[in-house]
Amino acid sequence: MTAVDVTAPVHDNRKAFAEELMALAAADTRIVAVCNDSVGSSNLVEFRERFPDRLINVGIAEQNMVGVGAGLASMGFVPFVCAAAPFLTGRSLEQIKADVAYSQHPVILCGMSPGMAYGELGPTHHSVEDLSWLRALPGLDIVLPADRAQTRDAVRMLAAEPRPAFMRVGRHKVPDLPESSALERGRFQQLCDGADVTIVAVGTMVSRALQAAEALAADGVTARVLNASWIAPFDAEAVRAAAAQTRAIVTVEEANVSGGLGAAVASLVAALPAGQRVPVEILGLHDFAPTGSTNALLTHFGLDPEHLAEAAKAAMARA
Amino acid sequence: MLTTDLEQVLIWRAERDRIAAAEPAEKAALLAGRAQAIRRRVVQMIMTARQGHVGGDMSVTDILTTLFYGTLRIDPADLPKDRDRFILSKGHCAAALYATLASCGYFSPNELDTFMAEGSALNGHPNRVKVPGVETNTGPLGHGLPVAVGQAVGAHLAGSPARVFVVAGDGELQEGSNWEALMAAAHYGLENLTLVVDRNRLQQGARTEDTNGLDPLDARLAAFGCEVRSVDGHNHLALAEAYAPSTTGGPVAVIANTIKGKGISFMEDRVEWHHKVPTSEQADQALLELA
Repeated sequence: MTAVDVTAPVHDNRKAFAEELMALAAADTRIVAVCNDSVGSSNLVEFRERFPDRLINVGIAEQNMVGVGAGLASMGFVPFVCAAAPFLTGRSLEQIKADVAYSQHPVILCGMSPGMAYGELGPTHHSVEDLSWLRALPGLDIVLPADRAQTRDAVRMLAAEPRPAFMRVGRHKVPDLPESSALERGRFQQLCDGADVTIVAVGTMVSRALQAAEALAADGVTARVLNASWIAPFDAEAVRAAAAQTRAIVTVEEANVSGGLGAAVASLVAALPAGQRVPVEILGLHDFAPTGSTNALLTHFGLDPEHLAEAAKAAMARA
Repeated sequence: MLTTDLEQVLIWRAERDRIAAAEPAEKAALLAGRAQAIRRRVVQMIMTARQGHVGGDMSVTDILTTLFYGTLRIDPADLPKDRDRFILSKGHCAAALYATLASCGYFSPNELDTFMAEGSALNGHPNRVKVPGVETNTGPLGHGLPVAVGQAVGAHLAGSPARVFVVAGDGELQEGSNWEALMAAAHYGLENLTLVVDRNRLQQGARTEDTNGLDPLDARLAAFGCEVRSVDGHNHLALAEAYAPSTTGGPVAVIANTIKGKGISFMEDRVEWHHKVPTSEQADQALLELA
């Protein structure tokens, strides 16, 4: 396995998102951006300068924003609807359900600064319920790029084959993945292999999972690390393989544990025949966050490499 | 997905052309006759399904008939990108929409017998994935207008002459999303957008003005930047005139003053007929009155 460079530079994925979107928009006049006043926080200032007609800012009105996206999609445009993830998903959930997923309008919902990226601003500004809410909607793809390259991949792939989709565009800085990890629809990427335990990580947690795997290796435990970048449709095959080939599974997400990645993995493992089931440890949020920086909150909820390694051992102990 | 009924499209085209060429009195009579036929079909559909929203179906029928037999630049057999768009935001009145769409040939009128039957494409609320002529799925209230705003913005961006019509219930205007959308419609100067309010003054549980009053609705819509036209929503010629393009460069709001349960004496303006199903005797009486 490639050694993890903990001193590697870290990046805000929003810049890569905006650059890729502009590159595509320059070549494809169907691409439009829709936002709720969040031109700056969605990194769309340059997009607005270059394509003033194609930046539709509806103001602070998220329900209308998602409906407008659906209307644009129905007219043949490829709308990237950008807003801070908590307001995009929470305020307009029924629009996402009825106007996007159920209507099958190919709107690409871009949840900016997801998870606890807005640390001290508190739970109103955290988007940790998004995976639970949106996984419940049939026909909606959910993509959580883990670094800059995957963010670009996601924008490119969704623009090339528009479909109802939600993607998280991370603000909390993360390193680029040590290995090239091309995004594939409905597939997890295996970043390293091991026989003892599988860590299924997503988004900001992927680089932390790699660090945990390295720490485990020092203790003689080999870990497979999967990047669950395309959560819906769900890569059941990768989870079944992990259950068959490793002794335990740990999931880790910057999201509430009710209904997110861990719940998806656990419900699949629970349905396996007796003898094929393995223990599943689900790491994520169980409560509204206290006041703190993003890093402090991630540690508070045990979403750091040390706790992750401990959880892996605990899961293996239950095998 | 249901498929176009080409034979029915030819029938619709002939009727539409005849209406277009007729003198006003005859035009009014033709549209009224068509609307009554749609109302009768809706009553039959609701009697078969033993479900539906008969009161609102009756109030919205003249609004729909005037659009689909005159105003809208549409043809079920030919769907160019620059066609006009129509959204029924009050999706619970799907029966009236389905009967109208089937009469135009978007699908076979025979399908109407499956309204709300198990496995039918004709759900209690319209689904664009299954029903031609439906542009977006509605049912939860306050969804149609934002989508229509997106379509109107899209038409501007594409340089398309398409006009976008959306019919909302009056009670539905209690949903804040409509007012978000109206602000955007005015801000973007969407002269290609027309909101038609089916102003029957009743919502599911009570009169709108006894629940969360909308009046002065004309002044409110005007304050949000609409060119407001208030008309008798059962007068086809007045509706057709009200559907004329904007003269102000902004969105048009047509307040179509209607009667819930219109055309059926014992239902008219009575709150209990929001979604009550008639007895067979009542249905016979209704069909007689709608003849």
